[in-house]
Amino acid sequence: MINVKIDGIDVQVEEGTTILDAAKKVHVNIPTLCKHPDVKATAACGICVVKIVGSPKTVRACSTPITKFEEGKEFITRDAELVDIRRTVLELILADHPNECFTCGRNNNCELQKLAAEFGIREIPFAQNGVDHSADDDSTKTIKLEPNKCIKCGRCVEICQNVQDVHALCFIGRGYDTAISPAGEDLSLSDSPCVRCGQCSAHCPTGAIFEHDDTKLVWNLLNDANCYTTVQMAPAVRVALGEAFGLAPGVNLTKKIYAALRRLGFNAVFDTNYTADVTIMEEGSEFISRFTKGTAPLPLITTCCPAWVDYMEKYACDVMENFSTAKSPQQMMGALIKSYYADNMKLEPSKIKNISIMPCTAKKYEVQRDEHMKSASAEQDVDIVLTTREFSRMLKQAGIDILSLEDEEADSILGQYTGAGTIFGNSGGVMEAALRTAYELITEKQLDNLEFNDVRGIEGIKEAVIDIDGIGVKVAVASGLGNVHFLLEKIRAWKEAGSNPETIPWHFIEVMACAGGCIAGGGQPYGVQDTKRLKRIEGLYKDDADSEFRSSHKNPMVQKLYAEFLGAPLSEKSHHLLHTTYTCRATYKK
Amino acid sequence: MGIIQKEELEKIQGSMDDKESTWIKVGMATCGIAAGADKIFNFLKTEADKRGLNIDVRTTGCIGNCFAEPLVEVKAGGKQLMYTLVTEELASKILDQHVAQGVAVAGSAYIDSADLNPGQMRIALRHCGIVDPESIDSYIYNDGYKALRKFLTESSPEGVIEELKVAGLRGRGGAGFPTFMKWTFGSRSKADQKYIICNADEGDPGAYMDRSILEGDPHAVIEGMMLGGYAIGASKGFFYVRAEYPLAIRRLQKALDECKAYGILGDNIFGSGFNFDIEIRLGAGAFVCGEETALIASIEGKRGTPSPRPPFPTDSGVFGKPSVINNVETLSNVSAIMLKGGEWYGGIGTEKSKGTKVFAVTGKVKNAGLVEIPMGTSIRTVVYDICGGIANEKKYLAVQTGGPSGGVITEDYLDTPISYESLGELGSIMGSGGMIVMDEDDCIVDIAKFYLGFCVDESCGKCSPCRIGGQRMLGILERITDGQGEMDDIEQLKKISKAMQKSALCGLGQTAPNPVLSTLRYFEREYIDHIEKKSCRAGVCQKLLRYKILLDKCKKCGKCQKNCPVDAISGDRKSEFVIDQDKCIKCGLCVTSCPFDAVIKE
Repeated sequence: MINVKIDGIDVQVEEGTTILDAAKKVHVNIPTLCKHPDVKATAACGICVVKIVGSPKTVRACSTPITKFEEGKEFITRDAELVDIRRTVLELILADHPNECFTCGRNNNCELQKLAAEFGIREIPFAQNGVDHSADDDSTKTIKLEPNKCIKCGRCVEICQNVQDVHALCFIGRGYDTAISPAGEDLSLSDSPCVRCGQCSAHCPTGAIFEHDDTKLVWNLLNDANCYTTVQMAPAVRVALGEAFGLAPGVNLTKKIYAALRRLGFNAVFDTNYTADVTIMEEGSEFISRFTKGTAPLPLITTCCPAWVDYMEKYACDVMENFSTAKSPQQMMGALIKSYYADNMKLEPSKIKNISIMPCTAKKYEVQRDEHMKSASAEQDVDIVLTTREFSRMLKQAGIDILSLEDEEADSILGQYTGAGTIFGNSGGVMEAALRTAYELITEKQLDNLEFNDVRGIEGIKEAVIDIDGIGVKVAVASGLGNVHFLLEKIRAWKEAGSNPETIPWHFIEVMACAGGCIAGGGQPYGVQDTKRLKRIEGLYKDDADSEFRSSHKNPMVQKLYAEFLGAPLSEKSHHLLHTTYTCRATYKK
Repeated sequence: MGIIQKEELEKIQGSMDDKESTWIKVGMATCGIAAGADKIFNFLKTEADKRGLNIDVRTTGCIGNCFAEPLVEVKAGGKQLMYTLVTEELASKILDQHVAQGVAVAGSAYIDSADLNPGQMRIALRHCGIVDPESIDSYIYNDGYKALRKFLTESSPEGVIEELKVAGLRGRGGAGFPTFMKWTFGSRSKADQKYIICNADEGDPGAYMDRSILEGDPHAVIEGMMLGGYAIGASKGFFYVRAEYPLAIRRLQKALDECKAYGILGDNIFGSGFNFDIEIRLGAGAFVCGEETALIASIEGKRGTPSPRPPFPTDSGVFGKPSVINNVETLSNVSAIMLKGGEWYGGIGTEKSKGTKVFAVTGKVKNAGLVEIPMGTSIRTVVYDICGGIANEKKYLAVQTGGPSGGVITEDYLDTPISYESLGELGSIMGSGGMIVMDEDDCIVDIAKFYLGFCVDESCGKCSPCRIGGQRMLGILERITDGQGEMDDIEQLKKISKAMQKSALCGLGQTAPNPVLSTLRYFEREYIDHIEKKSCRAGVCQKLLRYKILLDKCKKCGKCQKNCPVDAISGDRKSEFVIDQDKCIKCGLCVTSCPFDAVIKE
């Protein structure tokens, strides 16, 4: 432990703690702009400079570790000179930033704007007209780049390259011409390796990277008397939406969201958790079939996450045979609404407009990725995807005071869900849900302890061996695409060594592109970091624990679906509506 | 030749005495070649053969007197003379008269080699202009690799560092960090692999010390690096050279190949058990890559941007391994120190700044070139005694040291002895050795604008104070030199400067405002004149210029009118000729076309 002083207050910290974190220990919040707890400090903005007593130099608090050489030293984090320097730096950043707060997506929710307010900036002395670094890029229709609003903090590049291992975004140009951009001359984001995970947009401090806004389209559909609008909500949305209305992370608003969706005017309100249960029936059966009968190669890898599917198709299509053919719960819901539900309600599928509320930007891409996403009619099975952030804005536009609404239930026949379905939003949740069902279906015994703690939590890689009837089923769970490499390399090495079933590294693998799972998806409310992740995760596990049914195969409405419509898991009808195929894609389109 | 052992170095040395008795050397660094030295070299070689003269014509590096290139030094007939500004005609006479007959060529400009470089002391440049940079034997003949052999076989790594400590050598890249301390940190770091890196990313405007050393004496830098590698326990070295230095790279590569052929690089060097290998890495010419952490990123193949320190490179450098980074000139001093002893070196210079320093003196000076002087020599001695004073009898204005990170030194401070400390006190820095001399025709605001513009171009763009601050400061300077300045601009410049100095991440951004602050300190009046009087004393700032026709001198010939490209001059034989200031583009053609000196610049 090292003893230092922060503004005269003694503090003891572990060696390597940054000055910023040491200051937090004594309740000093040094102003920062570029620093984000999820990424390595880029030390780009220069706001957090502090003084070391006895040294003429100033250092950046975010990236300066306290080492044994600092024993006994004192740091000054605030004085007239420091505030003046910080203000000048802020004025310079603002001078290079468009003065468009009113029309910016981050208005009222921008880290730069917040800092400017705190510093009481009343004029921008170094302003220059016409900041123009490069053109906007909305080519992906999921994430929009507005480089002129970029303050070059480097968070998105760190996330995209070092956390997600996607390498779609980089800095191009030098000096004043530095800009964030897809890695390549004249390349649009849709031509780049971008997998649309949206982590860049979730971490951008300003409006430089922002989700493609589809709220207007949804308003139009809701006003269209010829449309029958249905809506589904993903598991992770319910424990994060409250943050946009001032609640703490993790508060479960499921039943208030149902009510709010009805008030918005949707004709039917469903829950993606229901099709999460269906996914378990399909994917779980696929695993059982591969595991017990060897119908296809192991390990089986989950495919609920569209960014991961995209990543695999671009970077790892050699493991395609290991991919589950099951569609994601969102797409299963879309297909079932326009077939099973439409039949039941005697509705023309083309009249139905399917909207989904997702924690994810990649879901916007998933709905249109190929012909399999039009399995129930000539139209897309899911028509429009809104992220949690867009949805929260819609509610505010509609003036719906969601927090004071009475609880309501989802609509039948696609609304009832089990605890297994709801934990899909957490990293490890799909695995846990699958194990609950696979165990009971294989052993035909009751599972005593439903909670698989080894696959819970926010670690990037989680591994476990589950005893199913005397056989050790080896499973792995990865979240954050940067962690996938470890799994892929092991699988490849095992395959190269001859795919000996005895030495298989894992039988079943779950991958989610975003660290912690969908609860920290690229479309969730801003400000995600591990403390928030853990709260949201806790919210979903509580929803699970409070559920009447906790295993997907016990969902009565799922049983009804198979009895009335699909027949059995992996039936021909299932294959047509609920399964898909994959293809190898070029990393760069050009 | 196989792997050489220690006693064989002397054999090479001994075998060359004959070869060294008579020769012609042509200064063939980039400076010489630019002046046509390669043609002279080929001419001398073919003509000597044609004439049947038994004399070896060889290349050598930068001799230093760059203002008088091509330079040819001749040792023949008992005379050793340096011929300057050599043409083919003179070369022909050199062969016929000096080489064939032992008579100095009459009527030509030559200097007796014994009188070369008065006032200088050449340590880092000790072999430049003397050895053939493309011959390892020539280096060995001049005591090359003797220090390496001695320390590898007779001394511990600590011994090398101790010698360096006694010498008091400080980093010649500019910051002046004691080299022995860097090596001590490097030697204390524990790792399976360590690196020593030679920073040859020289990029200050007007500076070419490192290029000249690499072109003129690559082996000295290699030997210094190997001694460093031995001292810190590194088995691998990198030369980080900018790709714009093709000749330096070629000669360095040749030197490395020769070392490998001799076994001076490789395993068990001189039977000492020390293994060492060197690789060249080319930089794309970004100035910021001279900053250590950016250099490391560049070597690793990443975007060349600085990172926060700590970790310091001596703990975690290239590929996360401990790395010691030294400048070219620093390393070229090392083997001289090891050979002659730390005490000898420590006896040169001032109390805190030991040894010598190489400067590339350019600008408005009579004899521009490369000079090496003992620390403590005054700027006056360099400018007036060594370089012959200001050219064209103009008045001294200032010298800029430290390149874009430095500042100006005015006439009042010409007698300042050069040292890290004294230059710092004047608001400039030692820097890597660029010294640009300015005269009364230079506008100080324009100079500040030039240096700041350089830093704006070379900013990596990573951190906001440098990226935006530099650009905005440049905008303000442009405003001032365009006649649009306001008095508040000076305060704005100072304000941004302070923010950059205190909050930029790396040395480039922290020091980029220095030329502005330094010129404001000594020449604030000129800034105010630009702002308030809209006048530029030196007549450099075009938009502040006014051309005027003196009616008493004007003979109404109309030549100015005819030559004006924008029809800004009205008048005819019956009326007065007048320049329309709004139309005038200040090209100056009216001045040059007037046969009566009737058009003047105000």
